[in-house]
Amino acid sequence: MLAFVIRRIMQSAAVMLAVALIAFLMFRFVGDPVNQMVGVDTPQEEVARLRQSLGLNDPTIVQFGRFMWNALHFDFGVSYQFRQPVTRLLAERAPATLELAFTAAAFALVVGLIMGVYCALRRDSWLAQIFQAISLIGVSLPTFLIGILLIYLFAVILGWLPSNGRGEVVKVGDWWTTGFLTTSGLRALVLPAITLGLFQMTLIMRLVRAEMLEVMRTDYIKFAKARGLRTRSIHFGHALKNTLIPVITIAGLQLGSIIAFAIITETVFNWPGMGLLFLKAVQNVDIPIMAAYLMLIGLLFVLINLLVDLTYGLVDPRLRIAMRS
Amino acid sequence: MPTPTPEEVKGLVGGGAGSPVIRKILDSDILHSFRSSKLTMVAATIVFLCFFGALFAPLIAPFDPFDPAKVFLSDASIPPVWQQGGDPRFVIGTDDQGRDMFSAILYGLRVSLAVGGLGVMLAAAIGITLGLVAGYMGGRIDAIIMRIADVQLTFPAILIALLIDGVAQGLFRGLPREQSAIPVLVISIGLSFWVQYARTIRGSTLVEKNKDYVHAARLVGLPAPIIMLRHVLPNVIGPVLVILTINLGLAVITEATLSFLGVGLPPTQPSLGTLISIGNKYLFSGDWWIVAFPGATLAILVLAVNLLGDWLRDALNPRLR
Repeated sequence: MLAFVIRRIMQSAAVMLAVALIAFLMFRFVGDPVNQMVGVDTPQEEVARLRQSLGLNDPTIVQFGRFMWNALHFDFGVSYQFRQPVTRLLAERAPATLELAFTAAAFALVVGLIMGVYCALRRDSWLAQIFQAISLIGVSLPTFLIGILLIYLFAVILGWLPSNGRGEVVKVGDWWTTGFLTTSGLRALVLPAITLGLFQMTLIMRLVRAEMLEVMRTDYIKFAKARGLRTRSIHFGHALKNTLIPVITIAGLQLGSIIAFAIITETVFNWPGMGLLFLKAVQNVDIPIMAAYLMLIGLLFVLINLLVDLTYGLVDPRLRIAMRS
Repeated sequence: MPTPTPEEVKGLVGGGAGSPVIRKILDSDILHSFRSSKLTMVAATIVFLCFFGALFAPLIAPFDPFDPAKVFLSDASIPPVWQQGGDPRFVIGTDDQGRDMFSAILYGLRVSLAVGGLGVMLAAAIGITLGLVAGYMGGRIDAIIMRIADVQLTFPAILIALLIDGVAQGLFRGLPREQSAIPVLVISIGLSFWVQYARTIRGSTLVEKNKDYVHAARLVGLPAPIIMLRHVLPNVIGPVLVILTINLGLAVITEATLSFLGVGLPPTQPSLGTLISIGNKYLFSGDWWIVAFPGATLAILVLAVNLLGDWLRDALNPRLR
């Protein structure tokens, strides 16, 4: 087990190193950082001096080392557009994205699970058919189109919910701002969270349904039925429990996707999060922000994958044995 | 066996590549399963119409939305015919610049399908090549390629496409957007979607390479690239058709998303995503048709492609028949 854990952590570190290398190459070679900082009329000596002081004349490997060192200290340089430290820009916007992603994930998990179980147990009912149709639409419609549709319906026609921004936010602690504590903040959260979570919800629903149908066919369920157990305890005690492992894995892995997909949702709803910042960076080729965001998302995905793999080993005894050999 | 000339290899690969699939499609079972599924027939018709409309857009479209001499600002934001203020010249209305929506959608479809199709083909070319090489060569090359694939698979394709798009824009900065947009998008999509092909092809190559005909080819002394292209490839390419179809839907969505986010095609050369992004600005002023019709076109196209892909996957899978 320990060997497996160590090997897995080493792999994660290698992936992170590769992501860092890509981020560094972007940072160093796509667009000259010096050109971004100086004006057209800056004298040549000034440019050369700046180049020297930034260490751009050092060997590439030294520069990569310095980049890594700075990254480990959360220093990703200064944004070309905003002339502010990238870390501060990201930290300011992180709470918005994290709250949105968390709400969307909770919505996707709860609603997806309920709909999936219902579809598996009442396969032929009309409601299950409707759920199935919704899931097909949820998979086929692009996120931004769902967002536009929801805005048109609930913000333009009905006027029930706001269509952009975070509403009123309250400061919690030093730098965290939350929209959970105000009515306008909660109202502003509804449409973006549904938009962001809808794809994952349909994914979880389809997965739960498929897994549940699979499990219901197994011998131990037949045996449980033969023993005369109550239907409820067969469905929820035996069947659902055994479908949960893959569901939790996928849900965990999807958390990273939710944060990444927040880029689209944040654009549609003008949500002041990291995704919107990243998109502006892509539009303006603001490499420091792109590099930092890449590293951040990379770290997130690597951590989630690592965590899922390790808990898998803890939860499933079969895997534990396979690991030992 | 004589060493084949390049033309022969090309002919064999070209003809051989699709042959098992084509044979399978002509198989009456599949034709039967197509005929018996009404939904699939509807989906196939929609996909065909979209491709047809896209291909012959200049002939079908009543207006040329890109000819500044024929577009008048005085025609801007006209609602569809059935609404008050509609104009019979513009059946589903005009956009903010006075372009006929129907024509703009046809041209948008053209751009969307071209970018999506080329992107998917690039992805397939990269994926098939890397998958063949990884599976056939094995060893360290295999390990490196598949590790890259694993890592890339953990990130969502749209994120990778966005990053590549950003980098490519930085590299092509000198070029005007009209020229660089399409290649940048095709490259972004190609590099984001290759993994699935590589994995599938590698898997079947691993099986095929231990079969007698490959051993025989090796004994005759054929070089590895020829064995891969001429002998292994035709036997492993079957599943690619299904992935191609399913990925076309994803690629069209990816392109539309990138264009919607403002890093894809510019408004002067709009795809469906660009049209939706333009229309989105006029949602609050009540000009719903500017966003609704391109949006509906995109949704229906992707839905139809997905249905077709689902059906194809089931129909080509003998276990489900």
